[in-house]
Amino acid sequence: MTTPLSPPPKKDPQKRTLSPTRPPEARSRAFLGLSAAAAEGRFALQKCSECATFQYPPRDACGSCLSTDLKWTDCAPEGTILAQTTVRTSTKLFFRERAPWRTGTVQLDAGPVIICHVHGDCERNGRVKLINRLDRSGQAVLLALPDKRSLNMEDDPQLREMTSDPKHRRALITDGRQDNAPALAKALLEAGASIVFVGESETWRPYPTRAPLLEMNEIELLPLDVTDSQSVLKQTGEIGGKTDILINNARFLRAGGALARGDTGFAKDEMEVNYFGLMRLAQAFGPAMCARTADGVNSAVAWVNILSVHALSNLPEFGCFSASHAAARSLSQSLRADFRGAGLRVMNLYVGPTEDDWHQPVPPPKVMPAALARSMIQGLQHGLEETYCGDVAKDLYERFLDHPNVLEREMTLAGDGA
Amino acid sequence: MSLLNDLATQLASGEVQVVDLTHTLDPDFPVIILPPEFGQCARFRMEEISAYDHRGPAWKWHNLTLSEHTGTHFDAPAHWISGRDLPNNSVDEIDPSQFVGPVVVIDCSKGAAQDEDYELTPEFITAWEGEHGRIPEDAWVLMRTDWSKKSGAEYLNMREDGAHSPGPTPEGILFLINARKIRGFGTETVGTDAGQGSHYSPPYPAHFYLHGAGKFGLQCLANLDQLPPTGAILMAAPLKIKNGTGSPLRVMALVPAPETRTTR
Repeated sequence: MTTPLSPPPKKDPQKRTLSPTRPPEARSRAFLGLSAAAAEGRFALQKCSECATFQYPPRDACGSCLSTDLKWTDCAPEGTILAQTTVRTSTKLFFRERAPWRTGTVQLDAGPVIICHVHGDCERNGRVKLINRLDRSGQAVLLALPDKRSLNMEDDPQLREMTSDPKHRRALITDGRQDNAPALAKALLEAGASIVFVGESETWRPYPTRAPLLEMNEIELLPLDVTDSQSVLKQTGEIGGKTDILINNARFLRAGGALARGDTGFAKDEMEVNYFGLMRLAQAFGPAMCARTADGVNSAVAWVNILSVHALSNLPEFGCFSASHAAARSLSQSLRADFRGAGLRVMNLYVGPTEDDWHQPVPPPKVMPAALARSMIQGLQHGLEETYCGDVAKDLYERFLDHPNVLEREMTLAGDGA
Repeated sequence: MSLLNDLATQLASGEVQVVDLTHTLDPDFPVIILPPEFGQCARFRMEEISAYDHRGPAWKWHNLTLSEHTGTHFDAPAHWISGRDLPNNSVDEIDPSQFVGPVVVIDCSKGAAQDEDYELTPEFITAWEGEHGRIPEDAWVLMRTDWSKKSGAEYLNMREDGAHSPGPTPEGILFLINARKIRGFGTETVGTDAGQGSHYSPPYPAHFYLHGAGKFGLQCLANLDQLPPTGAILMAAPLKIKNGTGSPLRVMALVPAPETRTTR
């Protein structure tokens, strides 16, 4: 079993906040496929298309037959520990500050022998299950977990360094007016968040999600309007130093493309909330969070954007809205570059049509707030950067990976006339 | 020109005082809320261009975003469908002499304190005239409700059946337009109409009748409790916006100092 993580003590005001340090980042280009898989929480290795051999470490040609046709393929993660050791000191600051650190070699059932980090509950020469996770440098590392769940296993210090677990952390949900705000808040609290701040815009007009939010303990409603730079800056001044996970759920949505609308009014509102809102939040909260990514048990750890999956490929029925989310997605990539050095993780949670007023004329399936909240928590606990909630989002992503231009053609058909 | 010289002297001595009837333009000040599928009134927003920094080392300035109808604002006849075809119906075309003129204040604050949907009726207006004299032609008429002292959710007072705030009945506004030939009508609430004004016939009677008759509107006014019932001069000049249907503005009144006021 793992010693359960204690709630962190109150911050000592006389102690300097630790500067973030990082594990080594350098990898070959071939290796980045493993990081891309880790971003989605997949355990994948290159598989030779000619001789079907799984490869490790990532490489440009098959270690068995020299074929260069290697495809990243999900791989059975089970294996057996061959050797393990505990590193007690290191020249790398990141590991020096976190020693002791357990590492080992594992014989994968699928073939290769891999070098990996080893969870504290793994038994010597025991059966293990490998997971592929991003470390604080944003690169993939493999971690061996015991093949059966052990008590408090998610509190293992090595595992926690690779995840964005909400346990004992403080979260900010940026828009309490959204239908999903109560479900997101509830899920965060159930996952162990110590407090959930919820942004509240335009308190001069009532909204239905306020009452369920107020019924929860450990919720604090705070004035925050992502369309108002001053409001965002002011709230950063108040809670920027204790926001460990930021959930940007602010969204403005109306149906229609450019021609259906005939003006730029709603499109501007969409950009103000969905794109500039994200930018304002990033400019205000980003630096404060980046400075606190090594601040103990409740360090700043993740930035979550809830994005329409149509950020990947436009849905003409919501054409202008999709465009604003494409802009937000692009900005999230830029933010990843800005945050990478500090180890602050940007997780994009993609979703198809959601169950709400603006999707009322859209046929099911539609994503319920509770399902979105589950995906968010799972994504945080697995330390993901990219995650897809619901069948529509997953299907669209698969088609996008298969051929973005074919997907675009599928999405933009006019239909046969008489 | 002795009249203006006298005015200048009285302004300097405090015999004539300037009252500001304007709310501060603030991002969090309420605007009118329409059903969400309709276009919406832009909130007031201010973005720094520079603030004595790398973006402009010696100067600070902002870009503003707002609607013609954000904050304390003026409604021109072109604002409403009933006034769309009138001549000189936009803020840039209105004769500037219309921006300065006499004002009377009908105090409905007692009624509004008891009834959030308080209505200004012809009967109440004539009763007021019994006390303060007949409303002069071509005067501004302001409806005092002390609504400007409310803030936050109380101001719009929005519920599931819409907003609840005082305003004139269709008969009330028609009486002011036809029988008293006013210049315009102003309120402390977010519109010249009552919060429930869409349920009158015609809907939004103050907007419909005022602008159809070429009259003006003022809304989101403040400090009406500092004006005398009669005898003040209102200054309400909208920005000169080409084809503008309205404009945020600084509304001010010249009033005799309280100790110099004569009561009828």
